Amino acid sequence: MLTELLKGLAVTFRQMFRPRVTTRYPKEFRTKPQRFHGRHVLNRYPDGMEKCIGCELCAGACPARCIYVRGMDNPVDAPVSPGERYGFVYEINMLRCIFCGLCVEACPTEAITMTHLFEMSVTNRDDAIYTKNELLMRPDGTVPHMFDDDPYANYEELNTADGWLRATAPGGVAAYEGVKMWQGTQGPASWDPEPDQETRDA
Amino acid sequence: MDIVDVLLIGLRVVATFALLLVVTILNVWAERKVVADMQNRIGPDRAGPWGILQTVADGLKLFFKESVTPSKVERGVYLAAPFLAVVPAFLIFSVVPWGAPVEVFGRTMPLQVADLNVGLLFILAMSSMAVYAVVLAGWSSGSKYPLLGGVRATAQAISYEAAMGLAMVAVVMYSATTGDGTGTLSLAELVERQAGTFLGFIPRWNIIPQFVAFAIFLVAIVAETNRAPFDLVEAEQELVGGFHTEYSGMRFAMFFLAEYINVFSMSAIAATLFLGGWNGPTWSGILPAWISAILPVFWLLVKTYAIVFVFFWIRATLPRLRYDQLMQLGWKRLIPGALAWLMVSALFIGFRRFGLPWG
Repeated sequence: MLTELLKGLAVTFRQMFRPRVTTRYPKEFRTKPQRFHGRHVLNRYPDGMEKCIGCELCAGACPARCIYVRGMDNPVDAPVSPGERYGFVYEINMLRCIFCGLCVEACPTEAITMTHLFEMSVTNRDDAIYTKNELLMRPDGTVPHMFDDDPYANYEELNTADGWLRATAPGGVAAYEGVKMWQGTQGPASWDPEPDQETRDA
Repeated sequence: MDIVDVLLIGLRVVATFALLLVVTILNVWAERKVVADMQNRIGPDRAGPWGILQTVADGLKLFFKESVTPSKVERGVYLAAPFLAVVPAFLIFSVVPWGAPVEVFGRTMPLQVADLNVGLLFILAMSSMAVYAVVLAGWSSGSKYPLLGGVRATAQAISYEAAMGLAMVAVVMYSATTGDGTGTLSLAELVERQAGTFLGFIPRWNIIPQFVAFAIFLVAIVAETNRAPFDLVEAEQELVGGFHTEYSGMRFAMFFLAEYINVFSMSAIAATLFLGGWNGPTWSGILPAWISAILPVFWLLVKTYAIVFVFFWIRATLPRLRYDQLMQLGWKRLIPGALAWLMVSALFIGFRRFGLPWG
């Protein structure tokens, strides 16, 4: 009995000199996994046009029913999106969202993707409803933060897109996996295709 | 006895009180840091440098929290129990000499609140008193889990008090080999008898001849202070919070305070009985006089904290004992072991004084 006891004590004593496993959040941040599902962002084309065409497929795909979209015809003289219509209202209720990413899969134009930002605490239920003001990326490709004066806000995470679409062929065809099917976007949604399996295994 | 003597006694009392409060603040923080280190964590590091003010923050929080009194409690006893826990915890340290006697205003002042000639008995009495607090808190809470915790406390304290007392007896008996030839119960006297060396270089500490008694004493004080792995009295996983389930706010904080004071003073007592107390090199000719006067306090703290570290260490290592294992360890191992060791050491002391029976 005594030797086991001493062995146990030796184990805990040794651990004192091992490196710590704690990440001192919020002082230091861990790199999120590539497919981390953070808050959403509405992307733009490089020319500044919005990608959203107001089709409401994301709202239809959403299992939590947290997305509300209202489309509108593009003004002829100053179109907002390349298509016929654009997302006039786009709201996501972050209190209901389960971050499943089905909206990202449903989007035919890759207008909605997810970032790596997960810090979304609010002091008011109204603030949890993200409107186009918070969701739509700025023309320079950066993403607006809910609280721009937050000293702890990690803007890096807002500009890191989640890698879900990269692994899935946009058309849903396996042969197209890793092939960029859509025009490259500014900022977060601009990425290189994932290497195919042979390259990765080599 | 004039006014200066009275003032000096008051000074000692206040100094001891302050010492205990300060070390409690440090010990709670130190325990969290040590346990965190052993679990590869960082531990508290937000409040003050290295998080050293964490306990102050926790204490302030508890101080301003509401002390809820459930409706079914036995009110008088319920309110008295936290004080019953704290008062013996403070008193137990009063017989421990925490430094060599110093010269103040032309008088010799022992750094000890009271040098009782029955110091060890006083320690045993006070540590038994502390059990009343747990039992009464558990009973008066009018709830099942505290009651179970209180009942466990009684049995545990009785079992381990005996082993602790027997380990002390061995030390008292051994102290008769030096000094005037009779054993002593006074802690100041016990410390003085541990001065000097064996064979010129090994310090004459009781731990060397009485190592078995030291081991038994160490186990017994861990059980006596209800610390892991003998914390069946609290046992969060089984009994919610044990005896302090129904306590909140400052009343809960007082139980906590008592526990940590007990850890410190029991470690100080173990250091005094077995590790030579404040004995240590003072280099009185070489260093300035005031440093030499303070060094014994430093040595006692070093020895005490070595034992306090063991408290934290085994808490981070060992799982809680089952109730029957606790009883078996107490009654079937420690008490017979302590008795056997008493016989053995009595024989050796007898041989040394009276010679071998066949010699």
